[in-house]
Amino acid sequence: MSTAAVAEIDDLTVWFPSPGGPPVRAVDGVSLTVRAGETLGLVGESGSGKSTTGLALLRLVDPTTGRIRVGGEDVTGWSRRRLRGLRRRVAMVFQDPQASLDPRRTVGASIAEPLVVHRLAGSADARRRRVAELLDLVGLRPETAGRHPHELSGGQRQRVGIARALAGEPDLIVLDEPIASLDLSVQAQILNLLRRLQRDLGLTYLFIAHDLAAVEHLSDRIAVMYLGRIVETGTPTQLWREPAHPYTAALLSAIPVADPRVERDRRRIILSGELPSPTDPPSGCRFRTRCPQARPDCAETDPPAVEVAPGHRAACLYAGEAVRAMRADPPAPVTGGPR
Amino acid sequence: MSAPVVPSPRAGGEPPGGEPVLAIDDLTVTLGTRNGPARAVAGVDWSVAPGRTLALVGESGSGKSMTVLAATGLAPRSATVTGRVRLLGRELTTMSETDRRRWRGRHVGFVFQDPMTTLNPVLTVGRQVTEACEEHLGMSRRQARSRAVELLDLVGIPAPERRVDAHPHQFSGGMRQRVVIAMALACEPELLIADEPTTALDVTTQAQIVELVADLRRRLGTAVVWITHDLGVVAGIADTVAVMYGGRIVEQGPVDAVFAAPGHPYTRALLAARPRPGAAGEELAAIPGAPPSPLDLPAGCAFWPRCPVRGDARCAHELPPLVPIAPGHRVRTFYPTTADGGATADPTTADGGATADPTTADGGATAEDRHQLRPEDR
Amino acid sequence: MSAAGDRASADAGTPGGAADPSTAPHPPTRADLTSPRPVDDHPPTRAAEAGTLRRTLTALRHDPPAVAGTVVLLALLVVGLAGQWLAPAGINDVDVDQMLRPPSGAHPFGTDELGRDVLSRVLVAARVSLQVGLVSVGIALAVGVTVGLLAGWYGGWADNLLMRGMDVLFAFPVLLLAVAIVAVLGPGLVTAMVAIGVVYTPIFARVTRASVLAVREQVFVRAAVSIGTSDLRILRRHVLPNIAAPLIVQTSLSLAFAILSEAALSFLGLGVQPPAPAWGRMLYDGRGFITDAWWLGFFPGAAIFVTVLAFNLVGDALRDVLDPRQLTVSEARRSTR
Repeated sequence: MSTAAVAEIDDLTVWFPSPGGPPVRAVDGVSLTVRAGETLGLVGESGSGKSTTGLALLRLVDPTTGRIRVGGEDVTGWSRRRLRGLRRRVAMVFQDPQASLDPRRTVGASIAEPLVVHRLAGSADARRRRVAELLDLVGLRPETAGRHPHELSGGQRQRVGIARALAGEPDLIVLDEPIASLDLSVQAQILNLLRRLQRDLGLTYLFIAHDLAAVEHLSDRIAVMYLGRIVETGTPTQLWREPAHPYTAALLSAIPVADPRVERDRRRIILSGELPSPTDPPSGCRFRTRCPQARPDCAETDPPAVEVAPGHRAACLYAGEAVRAMRADPPAPVTGGPR
Repeated sequence: MSAPVVPSPRAGGEPPGGEPVLAIDDLTVTLGTRNGPARAVAGVDWSVAPGRTLALVGESGSGKSMTVLAATGLAPRSATVTGRVRLLGRELTTMSETDRRRWRGRHVGFVFQDPMTTLNPVLTVGRQVTEACEEHLGMSRRQARSRAVELLDLVGIPAPERRVDAHPHQFSGGMRQRVVIAMALACEPELLIADEPTTALDVTTQAQIVELVADLRRRLGTAVVWITHDLGVVAGIADTVAVMYGGRIVEQGPVDAVFAAPGHPYTRALLAARPRPGAAGEELAAIPGAPPSPLDLPAGCAFWPRCPVRGDARCAHELPPLVPIAPGHRVRTFYPTTADGGATADPTTADGGATADPTTADGGATAEDRHQLRPEDR
Repeated sequence: MSAAGDRASADAGTPGGAADPSTAPHPPTRADLTSPRPVDDHPPTRAAEAGTLRRTLTALRHDPPAVAGTVVLLALLVVGLAGQWLAPAGINDVDVDQMLRPPSGAHPFGTDELGRDVLSRVLVAARVSLQVGLVSVGIALAVGVTVGLLAGWYGGWADNLLMRGMDVLFAFPVLLLAVAIVAVLGPGLVTAMVAIGVVYTPIFARVTRASVLAVREQVFVRAAVSIGTSDLRILRRHVLPNIAAPLIVQTSLSLAFAILSEAALSFLGLGVQPPAPAWGRMLYDGRGFITDAWWLGFFPGAAIFVTVLAFNLVGDALRDVLDPRQLTVSEARRSTR
């Protein structure tokens, strides 16, 4: 695997103005590097800023501060016109394939749109051939080109969404919750398809999802976000075996396991309270208001990311230690299963 | 005087189990759509006992929600419902609409997927929580308010005396769902029906709500019907599971048995298709195709076109019966697998032996069968 | 886990063997046989894919009210073009012996206070009325939709400027606005059309803007932006087709009101100049004889009614047909009959 950076985000903040109040700090100081040929998983719950980070990569939202580099070029200040070129190099797959396809246009027209917009296939005939090729790549029949989205199943629609993202031969594909609105029996198909396409075409993914199990399945590295910040990065194995940030540990423990025997004996870390408002994040560590291991100095120091193992970083003053303490002594009210 | 919430006098003395709270038998729902009749639910039967949780699992179009809506008389007007439904010993299907509404309102609480659409944005949560009770139990405004505070406290909303006067938009998603649960429990129902109550919530919030409902069930002795597509949630909360596919139950049994030894190829395939934490990098055992539309169901076994076992011509033409494979564990397939992962001997194909590897979704058919069925299998 | 991979390729294989392929619900297809990958695809539910125009016409044909509306509109078109030759009498043939006669064999629609044949005047007036309706609504549609698209898509100061301008237009009383326009252009048919067009422009601008605001938030529009599609192309290819429904409804409604507005303007002497006939003018003139000679108002009124109804029927049908989801529904309805 090459280690060349396809995209770099450097100390990005995205603040949205909120009427009559302080701005919503959707993303607040995020740095990320997506390397060629890898899948970087970006995990977080709603309000974590993970989707906004993905949108910022395509400049679909404007950064408040910070820099975004794609293929070594700083695209932070690019004009509307130049951005259209950026959007050939970075493509996006959306969560709801039904909503992301124009209901009035045929599947073929939707897939061909990047080709038309960026003048990638000369004649209409060449375009048709390319669409058929793309459909074949994602496991759909060429006749599908003549259909409208509503005639397809959810899984087929998402395949169309992926084909459209592939059309411009992008350097990076941002997958924004690509399986979240699909039926369970179809999710695995799409995950397998994404993996096969990556292997065959050498694609680079930024895989944004709330489902840690799915992210872990597809990703080479994972970044966990909480309230506009990255709290932990590492390989799936590192995060799964030895989460160093208390939030990651809580997130992992909240994932239900499809095995009643495991579930019954499980000691779950249930987070108390609610996600703080992104207009007024807590001082110091942002997770401290819900952290079972919060200590007085957590309110004072904004924890920097520290390396706990090679390639494994966590933004916690007590990285590693806090999680070990939590696991040894889970909070009281959650002991005992539902039975 | 408001009724004390904990312990509920009704639920307190009653041990879990016993007479079912809700029992449905041979329930069939046909929807009249613009594209013709759609058989949303066919021949479903199950029951749920006090203090127990039944999980109804299925994908979109499996009929899991429609089963419960039709059973409680909430099916859309275009629906034709047949079968028998007994709620606390009274037959619902023959009741008048007015009686049914009263009986349902008094004994069943509902929690739906999206708390924001369940709650009225212009009323305080306190008013909404007790709205139904005031009608059913004849409470005064004052009683209702103190009862609302009590209920909000019960579902774990901090500072309930203050929050009772807040409006829904002042709550987060998880807190709103707690309000909805409080609303559902207001009349001390014997049955709580939760239709994908955590699907719209984050995973850490989901864990909170699952714990809350499990805890309430224990304390109040309420029977719970939990509708979901998430097998992980089922494993955590259910006593019994009914897996639905194409409007029918394809597998039903105690939660341990269904997860440890799924007898239906669909259940096996669903469990195998989940990405498992800590097992990154493997190809997932995906199920090809998509769930069938109720408008266009296959003739025989609804799962046959996607089935990894793919039995024989009989699967395509004949509806498999729901057969017991263990006590309380029933499966609708001609090729059930038993606890050890092997296929039971099928009466017509006497050679149905055990397969070597129970983790392959092909587990139902013999190696020989497989070879015969798919000459191109490599 | 190699079994999973094996199965994936095996599933693309033929379901031959024990299961008879001819009875399988999903028969094997070319893609199933040749693709080495799992194919998430069903056999086509529709035999053939016809062109949009053909499909539109086919769908329209199976909608009886739409057929009726289309027939009426075609008839009106013929009358509008050839009214003066179809009319049994001249529109200005005054006959003082035949004043205010009720409908009879000689004058099927009766005669007016000057003894003129009402039928002939109604037929000839079709041209003027249709012209006023179509041209004025055409002006309103063109200007209003453009303004609405720009305001809704770009928002910000463009939105403020354009829509406040529309508000000012909207705030003026119709007749005052018309008088102002007449002052510039002089009275006559063209003035009437421009005046009515200007009056209806803000309505189209508002309907368009509101629809654009809704469509703009749709994910597929964001998807188009994410591809790098230009604004113009997004407006033309994605936004406009998806806001067609409310615009069509608004157009068919406005046509009706525009024909009526012509009456008011004409009455003030600002529109069609007498003795040229126009339905609105005739209806207006007939109101004084409502108790003595009902036919004076009734027939022009009926002509307006039928025209408006026909526009609405065709508009409704078009709205349904242009929605691909609706198309399938109506086709399915047909196939189950």
